[in-house]
Amino acid sequence: MSSGLQLAADAADKVPAPSIEYGKLSPMLIVFGIAVAGVLVEAFVPRKARYVTHLVVALGGMAAAFGAVLALIPGVKDSGGEIAAVGAVAVDGPTLFLQGTLLLLGIVSVLLMAERKLEPGGDAFAPQAAAAPGSAQEKEAAAAGLRQTEVYPLAMFALGGMLLFPAANDLLTLFVALEVMSLPLYLLCGLARRRRLLSQEAALKYFLLGAFSSAFFLFGVALLYGYSGSVRLDRIAVATGGAMDNDALLLIGLAMVAVGLLFKVGAVPFHSWTPDVYQGAPTPITGFMASATKVAAFGALLRFFYVALPGMKWDWRPMMTGVAIVTMVVGAVIAITQTDVKRMLAYSSIAHAGFILTGMIAANEAGASSTLFYLVAYGFVTLGAFAVVTLVRDAGGEATHLSRWAGLGRRSPLVAGVFAVFLLAFAGIPLTSGFSGKFAVFQAAADGGAGSLVIVGVLCSAIAAFFYVRVIVLMFFSEPRADGPTVVVPSVMTTAAIALGVTVTVVLGIVPQPVLDLADKAALFVH
Amino acid sequence: MSGNFPWLTVLAAVPFAGALLVAAVPAGKRALAKNVALLVTLVELALAIAVTVKFSPNGDRFQLTENHTWIKQFGVHWALGVDGIGVVLILLTAVLMPVLVLASWNDADAPQVRMDGTVGDTAAPRSTHAFFALMLAVEAMVVVSFAATDIFVFYVFFEAMLIPMYFLIGGFGGAQRSYAAVKFLLYNLLGGLVMLAAVVALYVATADADLGGAGQGTFDLMRITQAVGTGELNLNPTAEKAMFLGFMFAFAVKAPLWPFHTWLPDTMTEATPGIAVLVTAMVDKVGTFAMLRYCLALFPNASKTFAPLVVTLAIIGIIYGALLAVGQTDIKRLIAYTSISHFGFIIVGIFALTSQGQSGATLYMVNHGFSTAALLLVAGFLISRRGSKTIADFGGVQKVAPLLAGTFLVAGLATLSLPGLAPFVSEFLVLVGTFSRYQAAGIVATFGIILAALYVLVLYQRTMTGPVKAGVEKIRDLNVRELVVVAPLIALLLVLGVYPKPVLDVVNPAVDDTLSQVEKTDPAPSHPIEQVAAVTPLGGNK
Repeated sequence: MSSGLQLAADAADKVPAPSIEYGKLSPMLIVFGIAVAGVLVEAFVPRKARYVTHLVVALGGMAAAFGAVLALIPGVKDSGGEIAAVGAVAVDGPTLFLQGTLLLLGIVSVLLMAERKLEPGGDAFAPQAAAAPGSAQEKEAAAAGLRQTEVYPLAMFALGGMLLFPAANDLLTLFVALEVMSLPLYLLCGLARRRRLLSQEAALKYFLLGAFSSAFFLFGVALLYGYSGSVRLDRIAVATGGAMDNDALLLIGLAMVAVGLLFKVGAVPFHSWTPDVYQGAPTPITGFMASATKVAAFGALLRFFYVALPGMKWDWRPMMTGVAIVTMVVGAVIAITQTDVKRMLAYSSIAHAGFILTGMIAANEAGASSTLFYLVAYGFVTLGAFAVVTLVRDAGGEATHLSRWAGLGRRSPLVAGVFAVFLLAFAGIPLTSGFSGKFAVFQAAADGGAGSLVIVGVLCSAIAAFFYVRVIVLMFFSEPRADGPTVVVPSVMTTAAIALGVTVTVVLGIVPQPVLDLADKAALFVH
Repeated sequence: MSGNFPWLTVLAAVPFAGALLVAAVPAGKRALAKNVALLVTLVELALAIAVTVKFSPNGDRFQLTENHTWIKQFGVHWALGVDGIGVVLILLTAVLMPVLVLASWNDADAPQVRMDGTVGDTAAPRSTHAFFALMLAVEAMVVVSFAATDIFVFYVFFEAMLIPMYFLIGGFGGAQRSYAAVKFLLYNLLGGLVMLAAVVALYVATADADLGGAGQGTFDLMRITQAVGTGELNLNPTAEKAMFLGFMFAFAVKAPLWPFHTWLPDTMTEATPGIAVLVTAMVDKVGTFAMLRYCLALFPNASKTFAPLVVTLAIIGIIYGALLAVGQTDIKRLIAYTSISHFGFIIVGIFALTSQGQSGATLYMVNHGFSTAALLLVAGFLISRRGSKTIADFGGVQKVAPLLAGTFLVAGLATLSLPGLAPFVSEFLVLVGTFSRYQAAGIVATFGIILAALYVLVLYQRTMTGPVKAGVEKIRDLNVRELVVVAPLIALLLVLGVYPKPVLDVVNPAVDDTLSQVEKTDPAPSHPIEQVAAVTPLGGNK
């Protein structure tokens, strides 16, 4: 026995246990903790009480994690950010800013997922995901009134991954975060209660393309490791600052990692999954993906380029400029032809990815802070818009075909008005958050010498305005159809989500100062 | 009142608050909503008069200034201040608004025409509230645009104005209104977005010159124009030209300058008369006003370079608008083309870069506001009685409705710039100012006046004189509300026609200041005596 202990002690001497700063990681730890707790709830709490227990655990946990983020702010303010967990995680301004944003978006998303007043059969999710669509099992499950609650732990795992994604300070952690974030999302996409085939197709597409892009990412990581001898972003930065030999490894590695990240962002030409997945996924999940995933992925993109590759600015900027331009153009132009509101919002999100890239490409401090601000503005508008989509329903579920929205303004002026506010924000009309964000990124880009992007940006904004306006025309200036959809009155949860979206949209449009200020202070990456 | 009472902020806030108030009126009470709206516009008028009285023509260029930090990161200040041009245009807005509210009194109560031409079953429960609330919102935004001395603030309200306008055009009016509204919005949005790129570029240039201090740029108009004057901000010529074109494009669409005008006829034809007036008499004036205030002051060299081009386009607009007006069969469309012709005059006056030209252009903005309002509103009364906009459906109206015909005639004569009515003075000043720099342009523009006589008199002849056509006999004369609408406009046209001095006195210092920024002095007259004789009685020149 004693020899065994001795052996363990020897091992501990030889392999020192890494010192983990639990306090600094607490937001992530809390969210992963409630995700695990959610699995236990699923296993041990009686079916009747699960829904409420899940809600309390998830919402309470996210609120606690948000509190933890707030508690970390003073320390980061003093130190300017620290590297934690043996170099794996950076806890600095951008990390905390994005984690705070993600947690708020997560809370709103969970409120949308928990909505149970809209769907006559229950909620937005399949009663039994394992049952084949149209099978006897499925009917049985529906008749039994089953309601699945696994979505909450799944969403919490995804959120945990998202929190880690922009904080990851080495490429392997980044990869782990990417997978932890993505795998639950693949599952969640396939859980729609209605149009299950479409939903499952979306999940499969997302999974296959996502796996493909992950492979690219991993290959790129290997090449970068080969070049620099480390997966840590700061060491890669040091390596790229030195000799210029063996550039092929570096450049190809850089491009491949960028492909993996741009896929998650939904930038052209890695966007093709976006419309199908956004359309097929249950709408609350679409909102969660469109807002939170994008925030997390842009955070990671920012850190990768700003921390690991600042010396490579002149190499990656032309490439990213090209990506940003095609992303804006393709997103705006193809959105015009869409007839489904969820697909239209998907293409709109692609165009917005292009606008956000414009800020990122500025590659200066204003670039980082304007990107952070844009992400907050965009995240809340997007969630709000998808929340409104869940309300407009007919016998077949959500009435997502645009022609069905004709005359909505006459029937439900309030809902149509709220949706119009979101559309105007997407279009970047002044006095909405969309304008503040757009102005911030354009200003940063022009300041950073990317004037051409600003010109493409304003022209694409004009194109994009066309399809946003078209929906407003449809809602307000067309006659309502006799068999048109109805607006279902939601519970307080969806109402709160939409109200928060409108409030953030208007407040960030009129007094963006405090959040801009916060983004400004948070824009320094720790190296 | 204390010395630094925020007059201009209050002036902007009152219609905004009024809009919210009107929107909050309970659904069934249409009459209450209207009365609240009217009251708000009257309060605004009183405030505008107070501001005008407080403004001293020979004081500083910008008066009643306010400056508060709004968005520090962007270098944006809530900075307001009026010069003579601004104060006159704010007053124009404030005078026209109650008139428009009264003129549009019943426009939003009835069910609207559907896209296929049939009339809807019921009006939306809050349509009246929405209509007047949106109108007030537009008024507030127009006032801020005229009063802003921060380019960002100007831009924000210049653009945001499109949204309530869009709902006003698209929600009320003719069968094709939704098409017109979308066209209006997309044209103007494109113009605005191009301007946004120029605004951002200008900011970056000011940041490079460190005008905002601490490496920041600034949007402060006064600071930038001062820096441009002293050479502290030295834009390279290509950049200056590009920025000028960016700004000018937005204003040229808004004003509208030929060939960017095509949205205007659709908008004016489809919108209700009150909204059509709102567009041409106020919203479009922001475009011409901004040319004067921003294009010339910020980019003096580029302005000089492009002045011949702009003058050429404006002259084409004068003749083109007038010729197309002659050929129209639709009353409202005809009036729309006359406006394009008149905007040509205003823009020529601005870019002739002479003091008479610019004073005339500013006065023209005011006069055109009143004359178009009178013509369009009376035409609107006529059209709503007959239920047709086609000129051929009318004839002999003066026999059945003499008051209506009479006011229409006065408004028409004002439109063709008959001496004794207000537009004559401004048109004359513009022509004198243009002639002294661009003789050929002055001569061609004069043909615009002749064509104006043609389109106005032919219109009057076809609709009002001759035998009473079938369907016209049921036309009632103006009622009391309509008389109250038209009377002040006619009175103003007469007063300003005979005695424009007060307006010119207020405007002239600001014009001289603008010209000094462009470093243009008036060309030496070749016949000095004629020049003095022509201008002195108007009290315009100094």
